[in-house]
Amino acid sequence: MPRFLVRRFILTIPVLLGVATLVFSLIHLVPGDPVQAMLGESASPQDLAELRGRLGLDRPLLSQYAGFMKGVAIGDLGNSLRTNRPVLSEIGQRLPATFELAFASMTVAILLALPLGIVAAVNAGTVLDHAATTLALIGISMPNFWLGPLLAIVFSISFGWLPVSGRGTLAHLVLPAITLGAPLAAVLTRMTRASLIEELRELYVLAAMARGVSRTRAVLRHAFRNSLIPIVTTLGLQFGMVLTGAVVTETIFAWPGVGRFLIQSITARDYPAVQGCILFIAVIYVSMNLLVDVTYGFLDPRIRQE
Amino acid sequence: MFKFGASIVIIAALAALLGPELSPFDPASQELSLRLGGPSLTHPFGLDELGRDILARVLAGARISFLVGLSVVTISAVVGTILGALAGYLGGVFDDVVSRIVDTLLAFPGLLLAIALVAVLGPSLANVLIALTVIGWVGYARLVRGQTLRARELEYVQAARALGAGTPRILWRHIVPSALPAIAVQATLGMAGAILGEASLSFLGLGVQPPTPSWGTMLTGGRAHILDAPHLTIFPGVAIALLVLGFNFVGDGLRDLADPHSNPRTLEP
Repeated sequence: MPRFLVRRFILTIPVLLGVATLVFSLIHLVPGDPVQAMLGESASPQDLAELRGRLGLDRPLLSQYAGFMKGVAIGDLGNSLRTNRPVLSEIGQRLPATFELAFASMTVAILLALPLGIVAAVNAGTVLDHAATTLALIGISMPNFWLGPLLAIVFSISFGWLPVSGRGTLAHLVLPAITLGAPLAAVLTRMTRASLIEELRELYVLAAMARGVSRTRAVLRHAFRNSLIPIVTTLGLQFGMVLTGAVVTETIFAWPGVGRFLIQSITARDYPAVQGCILFIAVIYVSMNLLVDVTYGFLDPRIRQE
Repeated sequence: MFKFGASIVIIAALAALLGPELSPFDPASQELSLRLGGPSLTHPFGLDELGRDILARVLAGARISFLVGLSVVTISAVVGTILGALAGYLGGVFDDVVSRIVDTLLAFPGLLLAIALVAVLGPSLANVLIALTVIGWVGYARLVRGQTLRARELEYVQAARALGAGTPRILWRHIVPSALPAIAVQATLGMAGAILGEASLSFLGLGVQPPTPSWGTMLTGGRAHILDAPHLTIFPGVAIALLVLGFNFVGDGLRDLADPHSNPRTLEP
């Protein structure tokens, strides 16, 4: 097991280096002068020179790269041009809101997907299965920037049950969590169905029923428990997608999280903040993938030996 | 469901092609006195905040969606297939370089990298195409590399090599054709992804810029009038969801054809 862990950690290092390099190069992809783009056409030469010096863009490229990597290594992502505060503090301040939304949406997804996936798998090939899989495909196809406003029209405007935007109470969380959780629920339903169908074909399920175990118990206590590994893996891997989806959902519902901060920074051409947010989300995603792989290795010895 | 999906895609493609013939109104012409007007016989989808016919704009938006989908999928599939096939077949340093680039790009979840690229390149249709292609080719490269690694050990490929066939011929005539069903599935689902990606970026203000009618920008315009004119939000949203659903149904159907194991009915004795 330790060898598996070490190898998996070592494999993550080049990916993280690649991610940091790509994020570093973003500012150099800005057409023309990035400093001019940030300050606008009317900026004075002194202001341009001052910001160029502050961001280190007047140094040779390799020196800029070394400085950026050193900053990333010690958790210094620079200062936001808009708020003049460290980007990491800005992200840290908004992180609880984003995590709250992410975990709520994953809870919504689990509550919807597991029953639907189980019903579809147990009734594979029947009308019930078709209905569940079609519903899942609709969930995947429905853009969250449309579902969000639709839910707001129905539950906030027509019925007046839930607030249309902002953060504070549990009621504020409901619509954003459903909006972000619906596509995840759809993916998870398909995974649950596929994984459970595989397990239901195994002989141990037949053996359990031959011993007199009821079909419901054989499905839920035997097959479903074994089908959980790929389901939990999918859930872990989808966490990154949830963070990306949060960019759109937070914008729709004025949810004060990292995603909304990213879009506000893009609008304000606050490139250090944009780089910081992108790097932060990508690192969380890579870390989550690593965590999922390691957990999978613990749960399934065959993975460790590969 | 495959037929249903294919019908949606064909109808949408026809609507994109014949758009101007199907609606008597110009998608850009404004009638401010009728702004935010609801659906009527003359304007079945109603009018937007500038008094423009929403049906005409939804039809014009279909062109943008198909343009983005077809361009992104074609370029991504060609680039990804070539790089993936070469990486899988040649191995060595080339494979290492391609695989590390793929790993790095896959470290960015979903649309995040596209958002980052458009944020620095600037919002425009061309930059949306670039950003979606940069994240799009990776899936094909990984898929085709895997297929190539399997296929290069098969007897017919080894026989071709023994007969003196060169690398381009082996890849083009023997390996890539064996990966085509999987590429077709990926491309169909890729159309759905690209259309959704363009709409997402445009909705965030990072894609197609007004007054060009994109479904995503139409939804952004509708947000300000969600209370007094929900039809601005409903119709472009239905268009996106239906077209993406259509491509997903077709993709799922093709996958069932290419891989019978994914369909439980085909496994029953």
